Formats: sequence, structure tokens, C-alpha cells
Amino acid sequence: MSFAKNLKCRECGRVYPLDPIHVCEFCFGPLEVFYDYKAMGRAVTRDHIERGPPTMWRYAELLPCNPETAVDIGTGLTPLVRARNLGRLLGLDRLYIKNDCQNPTWSFKDRVVSVATSVAREFEFDTLACASTGNLANSVAAHAARAGMKARVFIPADLEQGKIIGSAIYSPTLVAVDGGYDEVNRLCSEVSDKYPWAFVNINMRPYYAEGSKTLGYEVCEQLGWRAPDHCIVPLASGSLYTKIYKGIKELAWLGLVDWQATRMSGAQAEGCSPIAEAWNRRSFLIKPQKPNTIAKSLAIGNPADGYYALKTMADTNGAAATVTDDEVVEGIQLLAETEGIFAETAGGVVISGLRRLVDDGYVRADEVVVAFITGAGLKTQEAVLPAIQPPLAIRATLDAFEEALEERDGVLPAARGA
Amino acid sequence: MEKRRVKFTFVESLIKEPIIWKLGRQFEIVTNIRRADVQADRGWVILELEGERDEVDHGLEWVEQQGVRIDPVYEDIVEG
Repeated sequence: MSFAKNLKCRECGRVYPLDPIHVCEFCFGPLEVFYDYKAMGRAVTRDHIERGPPTMWRYAELLPCNPETAVDIGTGLTPLVRARNLGRLLGLDRLYIKNDCQNPTWSFKDRVVSVATSVAREFEFDTLACASTGNLANSVAAHAARAGMKARVFIPADLEQGKIIGSAIYSPTLVAVDGGYDEVNRLCSEVSDKYPWAFVNINMRPYYAEGSKTLGYEVCEQLGWRAPDHCIVPLASGSLYTKIYKGIKELAWLGLVDWQATRMSGAQAEGCSPIAEAWNRRSFLIKPQKPNTIAKSLAIGNPADGYYALKTMADTNGAAATVTDDEVVEGIQLLAETEGIFAETAGGVVISGLRRLVDDGYVRADEVVVAFITGAGLKTQEAVLPAIQPPLAIRATLDAFEEALEERDGVLPAARGA
Repeated sequence: MEKRRVKFTFVESLIKEPIIWKLGRQFEIVTNIRRADVQADRGWVILELEGERDEVDHGLEWVEQQGVRIDPVYEDIVEG
């Protein structure tokens, strides 16, 4: 069963029933799911979780939907990898990578959409909708297919072919909107007002956002029921960042981990860094930006949870880093070359952001650090294309092979028996 | 008639200007402030505007001309 009790306004505290709504009617503040933690604490134990399915739904009791009717395409319990090579290079003794590339549609969005789809079905919606430049669109299309729901997915008209295919294969109604982000935002706001659909990040948002908590739960369980000392998270809307922290806090409230005073740091690309920019001004006032970066999955110029992300950063003694687009590519390459993990551009932001935070003294060498890699690199191949080594093109002879190797490396490798 | 939720962000030079009062006087718009954070050097106000669609559009155009940044309250819907 779910222990979700009601929705609560994050600004004025007004309480609402668990309905498909997302904004407080009085102050327009965002609504958040509130739980009966006392009852939850009596029902949820480490053993109970460990005996659950090998997916995010092992934490079903901590989510706002009925586990029996959950729409699960096999999301979660992704690897937490001890990154010894990258750690050595950065001077970190205990660095871990949470590799969320390994979800069914290759990004962490499966976590939030899995919850949103499950709740949408409980509310008896027959249509799932979203506006996205890639990862969210893929996930909504896949989950709607699994749930037997109709999908309406709005994308910018100039989206790359690869990203369109990642959604189109599940046969949603794909709507390519002519215009920039502002136009797509405005259109979707009007559409969501008019049609009785479950828009995953509008009327489903309070529930949808809760899916990100499972990243915090998993990391704690995978560390042997221990909270990390420091998390490095990509910042887009700020929701993922705040919910990972909420997940860690909840496990501590429930007595499943000791309170570790986990520090939460974030990273953004310079071309879209409204949260980091406010942080560097020591202000809680977000100035919206027009995104201009290759890290498109983080390109949210007016982040819905930016203010709450800044509060979490201040409360946890965290920090924010920004990186250039060149550093995004370098970060992707560094992670691939040291740990064998091919991340999308958001991952490049995290790795280069981590490097900056280490250089600036914000991350300590002895901390248990977890860097969150939220999407797979095959989705954003065009970003790294100019930077990768072309293959050695040769004729099919041993001489040609050795000539090419010698030309590139200056020496030949040791031959057998040499 | 329609209702529109917007966020006004003021820079320091505009803090003393009674822009919301003027908006209600110069245009047939009912202004209804719901949440705000105004300090000496900056501020934002979230409010609901009610009026004929054209009138609200013209009013917002005027507010923008005064140097106030206007954003929709729903923030960004498009995600990665």
C-alpha cells in the first residue's frame, strides 16, 4: 500500500487531497506529496526492501502509488560503480558513479515517468503527455505503450533525427512544434488547461517528481545502507537534485540509514546555468536564461525547482559548478576513458563539474562521493563526434597495419616472442 | 474574460515605481497579488491578472516596456 497522505503547498503549507493538481490555488506555490511517515516506518524495513523486486519498485511503499498496479518496465537498481581510476585522477579516495544510463530508455527519466504513469492510471486518465527535447519524450512514449495509454509528445521542430526515433518507435502522437522553448512551453500550458490528459510534469508533477527519490534510496542501499557524504548531481529544473536529497533524508527518518549530513552539490553548463548563477551571486532569486548549450537535457532556462535547489545547496553546505561546452565533451571522454561508461552531455557536465569542485576545494579527498550519471551517451553522439579519434584507415595487409600504428604511436607494440 | 498567472521581476531602479497600481488604472485589468518577495534592491511578485484577452496582452506589453521582466508562473514545461 502507499503511505501518501495528501498534497501540501511548499510555500504556504495548505493541504490538498491526492488529486491530479500541482499548484496551490491560494499562493500558486508548488504542491508536494506528504506521507504518513509513522505508519511507513512501522512497515518498511531493510529486509523488506531487500526482498523486493530488482527494480525501483522495491521502494514502492515510499512512493505515492499503489505497488500492485505500478507500471514497471524494469527501471532502477542501476549499478553503483566504484570509480577507482577516475577517483585516482581527481584525487578522491572513495568516488562512486551511479550509472543511470542503464534504465530501459537509457535515462533516469524512467524513474519519474514510471511513477507518473502509475498514478495517471489510478486517476483513470487514458492519455499521457509531455513536452521534451529527448529523454522525457522517450520515456513517456515507452511507458504509455506498456500501460496501454495514448501518448501525446510535444517536441521542438528542429530536434535531431536520433531523438525523434527514440520516441517514435513506441508510436505516440509526436507533435513537432515550430518555435523555441518559450513557444512550446506556452502551447503546452494551453493544451494542458484544455484537455483532460495526464501531463507528466504539469498536473502529475507532485507524483512524477517523487520517482527521483529512488536514486537516493538505491545509492544508500548499494553503499551498504549508508548515506553518501557528498552527491554531485546535474541541475536542470532542480527537481532531481532536491528529490535525491529528500530520498536520503527519508531513509534517515525511517531509521534505515544513519544521518550523515550529506552535502549536495550541482553542476550546470555555462550556456544554461540559472541556478549556479544565482548561487554564485549568493541569491535565492533565479534570473531566467535563454539556453544555449550542447547539454540540451539540462537546458531549462526557468527552472521550476530552482529556488528549492538553492535552499538545499545552502542547507547542506553544497556548491554549484558551471562548465563550458568544451569541458562537457572533455567530461564525457574522461568518464569513458577511465571507467568505461559512455554518458550523454549531462554526464559530461557532472564529471567536469566534479573536477572543478575538487580543484576549488569544495569536495574533500576522504568523502564518499557519488556522481550521478543520468543518461546514456548514444543519445547525444553528435556532441562528441568532433572530438573522437577517427579509426586508422588501412589496406588489408600487415605492412599497412604496422605502418599506420608506427605513424600514430611512433613505435610498434612488442611482437609475440620478442 | 481570462485569468493569467504571471511573475514580475523588478530591478533596483523600478522598486519604487507603483507599476502594478498603474497597470490596474491604465488598463481594464484586475490585479491580484498572491506571493511576493520585494527588497530594497530587487523583487518579484506573482499575481493573477483578469481581463479581456487583448487588454491583458496590452497591459503586459506596457509592463514589459517599463523594464519589468515577465515570466509565466508555470515555469518551464519542456524538459530534457
